[in-house]
Amino acid sequence: MSTRLEARFRDCAAQGRAALVTFITAGDPDFDTSLSLLKALPAAGSDVIELGVPFTDPMADGPAIQAAGLRALKAGQTLKKTLAMVRAFREGDATTPIVLMGYYNPIYIYGVDRFLVDALTAGVDGLIVVDLPPEEDEELCLPALRAGLDFIRLATPTTDDKRLPAVLANTAGFVYYVSITGITGAATADPQAVGQAVARIKRHTGLPVAVGFGVKTPEQAAAIAAGADGVVVGSALIDALRGTLDAEGHATPATVPAVTGLVGALAEAVRGVRRQAAE
Amino acid sequence: MNAPNSFRTGPDENGHFGLFGGRFVAETLMPLILDLETAYNEAKADPAYKAETDAGLKHYVGRPSPLYYAERLTEHLRESAEPGMGAKIYFKREELNHTGSHKVNNVLGQILLARRMGKKRIIAETGAGQHGVATATLCARYGLECVVYMGAVDVARQAPNVFRMKMLGATVVPVQSGSKTLKDAMNEALRDWVTNVHDTFYCIGTVAGPHPYPAMVRDFQSVIGHETRAQMLELEGRLPDSLVACIGGGSNAMGLFHPFLDDPSVKIFGVEAAGHGIPSGEHAASLTGGRPGVLHGNRTYLLMDDDGQIAEAHSISAGLDYPGIGPEHSWLHDVGRATYISATDQEALAAFQLVAKLEGIIPALEPAHALAKVTELAPSFPEHHLMVVNLSGRGDKDIPQVAEILGTRL
Repeated sequence: MSTRLEARFRDCAAQGRAALVTFITAGDPDFDTSLSLLKALPAAGSDVIELGVPFTDPMADGPAIQAAGLRALKAGQTLKKTLAMVRAFREGDATTPIVLMGYYNPIYIYGVDRFLVDALTAGVDGLIVVDLPPEEDEELCLPALRAGLDFIRLATPTTDDKRLPAVLANTAGFVYYVSITGITGAATADPQAVGQAVARIKRHTGLPVAVGFGVKTPEQAAAIAAGADGVVVGSALIDALRGTLDAEGHATPATVPAVTGLVGALAEAVRGVRRQAAE
Repeated sequence: MNAPNSFRTGPDENGHFGLFGGRFVAETLMPLILDLETAYNEAKADPAYKAETDAGLKHYVGRPSPLYYAERLTEHLRESAEPGMGAKIYFKREELNHTGSHKVNNVLGQILLARRMGKKRIIAETGAGQHGVATATLCARYGLECVVYMGAVDVARQAPNVFRMKMLGATVVPVQSGSKTLKDAMNEALRDWVTNVHDTFYCIGTVAGPHPYPAMVRDFQSVIGHETRAQMLELEGRLPDSLVACIGGGSNAMGLFHPFLDDPSVKIFGVEAAGHGIPSGEHAASLTGGRPGVLHGNRTYLLMDDDGQIAEAHSISAGLDYPGIGPEHSWLHDVGRATYISATDQEALAAFQLVAKLEGIIPALEPAHALAKVTELAPSFPEHHLMVVNLSGRGDKDIPQVAEILGTRL
């Protein structure tokens, strides 16, 4: 049986296009709004969902996602509630893959074994844990793979050919290429350089390669989509969400539509680009 | 837990001190810390690098720092002790170093390493500003660009050091994220490093962070303990009986402790910041009030909630105001080689004033925490007990803050 991630990337490839991977922070700006948004993402055009697990000290994130995490924590979000969100989402959607993205400490404190059981039961498909490089595979990566959860690794511009095999060794689901050296939502990558980097990674793996960090607009997403199996958009969606909040930082009726509207535009742009390989 | 044959062999090749340490960093940084490890190992084996650091420590920093018999403090504490009790107290005078604290020992080593690696841009985090000042100083000395990240709260309470760093040509970036103190400064420095990977060297100020930093910073600070050992042998003909040092991240303490870890007769006391008191929850005592977790590249004791969210530390001292501690201290705590206790804001403030009046030395608020516990520990040991406290920094930077607390308008 193929996993949801395998099936989704295969379907997108069959349509001759890249997958749109959308990131939102779980519980931002509150549990109910965030769950409504999560449920609305597939219909808006999201192929794969990355659900950010809030953390007080997100070292690899820029101001937008930092603030989203703090809004969620202030509203009482916990890892337990994030798993509850996934469970609620799965009641109405059995096919859209959900990948949790965050930092190790909340998982470590939850307890790795218990977390893996609860995440699988809730319907989580994969994990991206920013501060767990291959050197720390024993912590979570190998237990996750044994439990049947994909562990998605980040490859970066500093990951050279010598290091790449180690990075890809225990990666499953897809490879997340970080298109810039930097934090989320910062500089914008050069699509040509990204295309070359994706080609370099593909020489080492048969897994799909999705590209993220610094992709903000439908135009940029389309440019990246031409040379990758997936395009990840995060900070731009968080910015759209933030722009609708009231003075106290609470959700308004415009919150969910603002994000789904941008997802729709991104999906249209990504779907408008036919992949070279599929032609 | 069984005691190892030696307490001085860590970390292992993956940077672990037992359960603690490691390399919990984003992939972008992983190749950089592997490069750093290689460069440091090569430098350690190079006599030219050792000669250069030794010369810098002697002629620029002003080492060795004196080991000073604090006679009046010793006598004062004996007055209230039982007959025959009251340890003989020595100060290791790290506050006399150039830049006013022990921080410069580590910065000199790292800056000379950065030069070997061809890095032109240095970044650092700072709490009290002592590490920032030391980094700005060495960058001025060697003509390197220097950017110091400092929590906005600390920028306000350590104004003299902020001005000092600017005078030295550094850019000081006030960090507005999170709790706006040392942990957030470290987050922001890591964000800078991940962005400017090609030309930037991250000069971490304490024995924390991803491997090899905890071991490397410890090695640079161990000059404190090595000197203390030789000086005490010369002055008293034997080793000290106890060592006392304050702990934020724990670099001055590790520097004093490490050379004595395999001398079982030497008792070791680390003093964490208890802030308003451990029961209040407003403190910075990671070992006393925290549990193992992962932050800033290493596993160590951390202050956090049940969801693994990092708590805000509290201390009167910006240099101790950190919710974590170096991983080797966590290990020494768990194996029982060192004893970790804590001092409150009020106790530190009292010791700050006591030592100023009795010894003519104004300590920084950080070592004032160690001195506060010396006033309790010394009377519990006999008069022949030799106690060394690391006077890790001078209090000039704290004058405005202490004056305000004591109700004096400057």
